[in-house]
Amino acid sequence: MIFLQIVFDNVSHVYSSGTTFEQHAIRNINLKIEQGEFIGLIGHTGSGKSTLIQHMNGLIKASSGNIYFNGENINDKNFVMRNLRSKVGLVFQYPEHQLFETTVFKDVSFGPKNLGLDKLEVDIRTYEALKMVGIGEDLFDASPFELSGGQKRRVAIAGILAMRPEVLILDEPTAGLDPLGRDEILNQVSKLQKETGVTVVLVTHSMEDVARYVDRILVMNQGRLVIDQETRKVFARYKELEEIHLAAPQVTYIMNALRDKGFSLKTDATTVEEARDEILKCIKRYM
Amino acid sequence: MIRDITIGQYYPVDSILHHLDPRVKLNGTLLFIISIFLFDTFYGYIAVTLFLLSIIKMSKVPFKFIVKGLKAIIIILLFTVFFNLFLTRGDILVQVGFLKISKQGLHSALFMGLRLIFLILGSSLMTFTTTPNQLTDGLEKLLWPLSYIKVPVHEIAMMMSIALRFIPILLEETDKIMKAQMARGADFESGGIIKRAKGLIPLLVPLFVSAFRRANDLAMAMEARCYRGGKGRTKMKPLHYKGRDGLAYVFLLVYFALVIVISIFENRLPTLL
Repeated sequence: MIFLQIVFDNVSHVYSSGTTFEQHAIRNINLKIEQGEFIGLIGHTGSGKSTLIQHMNGLIKASSGNIYFNGENINDKNFVMRNLRSKVGLVFQYPEHQLFETTVFKDVSFGPKNLGLDKLEVDIRTYEALKMVGIGEDLFDASPFELSGGQKRRVAIAGILAMRPEVLILDEPTAGLDPLGRDEILNQVSKLQKETGVTVVLVTHSMEDVARYVDRILVMNQGRLVIDQETRKVFARYKELEEIHLAAPQVTYIMNALRDKGFSLKTDATTVEEARDEILKCIKRYM
Repeated sequence: MIRDITIGQYYPVDSILHHLDPRVKLNGTLLFIISIFLFDTFYGYIAVTLFLLSIIKMSKVPFKFIVKGLKAIIIILLFTVFFNLFLTRGDILVQVGFLKISKQGLHSALFMGLRLIFLILGSSLMTFTTTPNQLTDGLEKLLWPLSYIKVPVHEIAMMMSIALRFIPILLEETDKIMKAQMARGADFESGGIIKRAKGLIPLLVPLFVSAFRRANDLAMAMEARCYRGGKGRTKMKPLHYKGRDGLAYVFLLVYFALVIVISIFENRLPTLL
């Protein structure tokens, strides 16, 4: 059975309503997210991505419309916001800026401690989360401020994972990282998603990043949700994407260019490997 | 939550007040503040209220928005009114238990309260209509004579503009860190005072770290642009008085003269309160 985890019903949000600073951050969003999905949320700076995801764990209240989590309306009076926050883990942009404890281990245990768990459970979850993001035991007692940029970010992500969320939202988790650090983080998230079946929403402005991992892509433009489709189908609409200043992965362009030259091949490859196989197949046909 | 604080904010609309030279507005604010302490009767307050209302009208900043700024001083305001009302000796009007309200108390409570409100409204009107950069530019130019007696005017102005520039950045940062920690289950709102103070650690530590990081980055960026302080430094947009600034000064001086006249003659006029 399909289990709808998060539902947005005509949700809008206006910042500083009634002043000259008034700003419609998101408009009339309708959205359904099922359990275990791996979703990419893409949009230009200021398109409303960050506002949208902050609605998902109740940090921002919708100006109008309803949001349902596991079938419950989160604006309901009886709804416990604390539960939502622990079930929908939100990793902000540059999460390493939120580190504050004296040791890595203590910092990661901040989340589970706030859930009111006993010490053993807190320690187990902390240990697990740190292992998941590939932080070794030798770093557990280090100060989080001594770590490298990539390590700090992984510690910060572990801080959310330690709460064992059902939904994991990552806001530009790879911003400012080198290609190696980027691949490491995305591979770990993907692995985690496969192993635990957690729902993942990956926010980014780079198609290249998400093409390889996500099953479904949401595209935001000027506060509206303009595309909500399977990854391959979204890239086939690369001309539309360009109109809103987004680009499809480079392989999409290569495949389309080849097809325009008269080669008969499928253009829906999303990764370099897929493109290579498709091109090789095509070459064989000609030989 | 933090977005609601309007005091000291710039309000971008197109009005005569926004186009005035910042020096006019600085001098004007100073004059205005002096003027509200010059008189002691009802007549003076009428003059000030009229002046303030006309300025607010000219500024095109919505009245509601300006009044919102008073929220920040409501406690101080209540304290002032309370102490003046109950602790001033004089002819007793009402007595409830040990609390006495005297005629003089009522008088001074009302007037002190009004003075405070005027003070805040007047000075916040300046910040509503002047960008922080203009403000420090104006201040630097006004204080320039002091540099002859070795006061580091440029440095003071630079520090001020950096401090002002950082207020919105740090507010935004606070908001962001707060949300990030709330996403990790932090609670900033409930509990006793000790629990709340402790709850601030996850907010304050990252905030300080980020403030230092930003300060460091800025210092580096300034060095990279060969900043060496004010000596021999020119401005891209130097301040020049225009016709309307002269008019504004005339308007201000007329108002100030009026208040002085009132303060001299007010005791000869019939008392209203």
